[in-house]
Amino acid sequence: MAHDKLLPRQYLILGLVSLCAPLGDSCLARGMSAMPAISLAHPGALVAAVFTPWIVAGIALLIGFFASYLTALSWADLTFVLPATALGNVIVALISRFWLHESISIERWAGIVLITLGVGFVAQGPALTERPAPIDEEQQLEEPVATEAQTR
Amino acid sequence: MTIPATTLALTTNPWTAAAMIAAIVLASTAGEVLTAAAMKSIGDLDVIRARSGLTGAIRAVLTCPLFFAGVFFLAAAFFSLLFALNHLNLSLVAPASASLTLVTNAVAGKIFLKENVDRRRWVSAGLVCVGVYLLAH
Repeated sequence: MAHDKLLPRQYLILGLVSLCAPLGDSCLARGMSAMPAISLAHPGALVAAVFTPWIVAGIALLIGFFASYLTALSWADLTFVLPATALGNVIVALISRFWLHESISIERWAGIVLITLGVGFVAQGPALTERPAPIDEEQQLEEPVATEAQTR
Repeated sequence: MTIPATTLALTTNPWTAAAMIAAIVLASTAGEVLTAAAMKSIGDLDVIRARSGLTGAIRAVLTCPLFFAGVFFLAAAFFSLLFALNHLNLSLVAPASASLTLVTNAVAGKIFLKENVDRRRWVSAGLVCVGVYLLAH
């Protein structure tokens, strides 16, 4: 099965991967920075932190991220999916600039340009490494029979 | 609540900060490589869902031992992230761990997953890595 061209639905999944991760991380950061310092001597405090509202919101977003991330990994390489995650940081920066009217420094604009270039660069290539024997549905059905015969 | 002196020392020591970030990077690289291997061994989830529905797809994921090995390391990465965020700024932790993880994953993807990390992917991993650092620093 060729995956050279991704379907619109697959781009939607990659979009969810890139958006949910930075939004979830921001929620976690907001929750954890509002909390008193936790020492390694009291790891139970980390578990208690899981039940505070910002952390709950962060975890919900990260679960959404994880589901779409797993789906993406089932048809694309890890080294293809990961740059997509970074693109989300660009989206969050642009939201904060044009929606929340925060200022973006020259360094941040440079970062935005570099990430966009990098993601565009990897997106030009194939999403999945070509295997010598690609596993398609026919082979998946045949393979167990073959291995059974070998073990006998 | 008073903050113990030891935790104040933690926040100022750059080696401790580096150790926290290294813990996140190592755990998340291990977790991501294992989950990627698990998903590749399961096959295209969209195809599985078309054949045996959403429950079939969920069952395919939940019956894969590699997936749980991956989730274990991702959970370890998550709690190291929570711990680090409690002591360090997001503007340090997020870019440092994200950009380092990109590079370690490119290396691990090539070695363990035998992915075709060609020059295009190396260059983009490098660009994104520097970009993430600039963006969030």
